[in-house]
Amino acid sequence: MMILLSAAQPGPWTTTAMIASIVLSSTAGEVLTAAAMKSIGDLDEIRAHSGMKGAIRAVVTCPLFFAGVSFLALAFFALLFALNHLNLSLVAPASASLTLVTNAIAGKIFLKENVDRRRWASAVLVCIGVYLLAH
Amino acid sequence: MAHQKLLPRQYLILGLVAVSAPLGDTCLSRGMTGLPDITLAHPATLIAAVFTPWIAIGILLLIGFFASYLTALSWADLTFVLPATAFGNVIVALLSRFWLNEAISLERWAGIVLITLGVGFVAQGPSLTERPAAPAMQAQEE
Repeated sequence: MMILLSAAQPGPWTTTAMIASIVLSSTAGEVLTAAAMKSIGDLDEIRAHSGMKGAIRAVVTCPLFFAGVSFLALAFFALLFALNHLNLSLVAPASASLTLVTNAIAGKIFLKENVDRRRWASAVLVCIGVYLLAH
Repeated sequence: MAHQKLLPRQYLILGLVAVSAPLGDTCLSRGMTGLPDITLAHPATLIAAVFTPWIAIGILLLIGFFASYLTALSWADLTFVLPATAFGNVIVALLSRFWLNEAISLERWAGIVLITLGVGFVAQGPSLTERPAAPAMQAQEE
């Protein structure tokens, strides 16, 4: 959280709200897209049965997929808005690394994924790693 | 049917997820920096930019990323696929070090090591959460 407090221009609450809106909309988009793909089934098998057209049809006729893409688009515009007010060196690593952790939490709660100790450790390591790499 | 052990083609898809996004971004960056400044007063120049070679290659790579990402999500958990996308950051850092000869600070090397460890952790576990029944997949098979 130190990174949020060190932001200069907008206040810490505004900065937190901007980054939170990116993280939350991105997480919603990723979870909805993942749920859509799980409801469709293995795309490789569908392609083997019905060809590429069948696989594309299966994806584009799934309402969850469009809900997911809409949230991902919202996350993109939230990122653009944040970049208009904050430095890239703050927004990019903070949003990228926090999204990994929120996705692990959302994956466990909403997708009922088995997020065991190995995956928690991985999410935390990658989160810190992305922050160090992008900062 | 839950694929606990990944097939070689599935590793290939995960590799494409990791590689295509950073390469696509790099191509877009290379293409956009090579162009004269684009202003909102002349939006047509932005459309023309799409047809320049670097930007066209970048867009194709990003379409490839999204297709392979969706394919991976159809047979693996979100919490399994996401570390693979983060591994793209490592690829970009290594390319910039060994191809573009850019300096990498100690902090960034630490980041590379942590991401590699994290991806290694998750890759050793199961790719998909086992569930008692998968009605959607059964319906697809019918």
